[in-house]
Amino acid sequence: MAFAPYRTVRLAEGEALAFNAGMIENSIPGDARPPDWSRLVEAVANERDRAAFGALFGHFAPRLKAYLMRLGTEPTAAEELVQEVMLTVWRRADTFDSQQASASTWIFTIARNKRVDSLRRERRPEIDLNDPALVPDTEQPADKKIEMFQTSNRLHQALATLPREQADLLQQAYFEEKPHSLISVERGIPLGTVKSRLRLALDKLRKIMREAP
Amino acid sequence: MTTPSHHPGEELLLDYADGSLSEPAALAVATHLALCPECRLQVAALEAVGGLLLEETAPVPVSVDCLSRLMARLEETGGAPPTHRSPAEAILIPQPLRGYLGMPVAQIPWQPVLPGLDEYCLAIDARPIKTRLIRLRAEAAAPRHTHDGAEITLVLDGGFHDEFGHYRRGDMTIYGPEIEHRPTAEAGPDCLCLTVTEAPLRLTGPIGRWLNALVRY
Repeated sequence: MAFAPYRTVRLAEGEALAFNAGMIENSIPGDARPPDWSRLVEAVANERDRAAFGALFGHFAPRLKAYLMRLGTEPTAAEELVQEVMLTVWRRADTFDSQQASASTWIFTIARNKRVDSLRRERRPEIDLNDPALVPDTEQPADKKIEMFQTSNRLHQALATLPREQADLLQQAYFEEKPHSLISVERGIPLGTVKSRLRLALDKLRKIMREAP
Repeated sequence: MTTPSHHPGEELLLDYADGSLSEPAALAVATHLALCPECRLQVAALEAVGGLLLEETAPVPVSVDCLSRLMARLEETGGAPPTHRSPAEAILIPQPLRGYLGMPVAQIPWQPVLPGLDEYCLAIDARPIKTRLIRLRAEAAAPRHTHDGAEITLVLDGGFHDEFGHYRRGDMTIYGPEIEHRPTAEAGPDCLCLTVTEAPLRLTGPIGRWLNALVRY
């Protein structure tokens, strides 16, 4: 397996970013466009590209650490878990499908599952999309998936326009451990202010995801 | 192929997507997802929100040797997990439930509960939450009952009806403690369900009240 050349750049916020200069042309200084993380995952899958992997690590590892720490993981344990998540990115890159999800969504689901598996000592039951018992999508799934993929930028903008309290609640839902949901089902049927706000936020984001580009 | 008409609902799907659902409830939701393209799409959207929030979160620097330690581990074995292929026949129990069950339906060692009603407890350690497969013989009625906590039911085969509606393969009901119902299986194949109960059921019918002491719910 060839070692692709990579160099390490230290960024202002202390992220270690390793990248192959030839590959990520759109990330040169002065260009605001972020690198295409999906293409980097595909390079890891197809070419076992360590430079691409280093770039993914530079971007996602500090964010994964932040995510895990906000969910109550100690910094050292969080970093161990970040390694496990990124190891899974390396090993399972071939299962990534850019038509189905963005790289950040795919990596979020890996981190979510790893956290449940290791910290709660539970298994995370996951759907198997290759299962012959799966009821297939009913209507042109490809179109919808592409639509969802294309709207990720608009989703970014939409998140920025959410009222503060809605955005905070959304963060809490994803970044804070809640009591078991069965309890929340029991208590939450008459939805309180908190839940109606959360619903408003999700409705807004969903509407944006559904609208034609 | 028909798709389910009773769904987990937004709150449960959000909890599934953000990772806060207990393992038994996540198992029920994930198995519903295998049968419900509509909810799969909703979960994909909710996971996209998770990816977006990950992207937007303020990064916390990792230690300087984190990447080099990881790079040294890339050659570790365990790289290619065996791709598990199931036979491409009609399968009654979708994943991930099939993996938890670990045997064909015909080999399940059912425990009789009442005439016409059998159960098999899945070994998931999530006390006090219980995860069970329930088999209600065609046209048999389960005793009228309520629950001390919430109950999630996912229909896998056959169907049942109660005071609130008719439920078939893929349909999910979520009943809170205030709900009292008497499920009755439809004619046709036996009704096979996955149930996740948060706390013991309480039988409320005239006979059920004294059965409480006998039935191992």
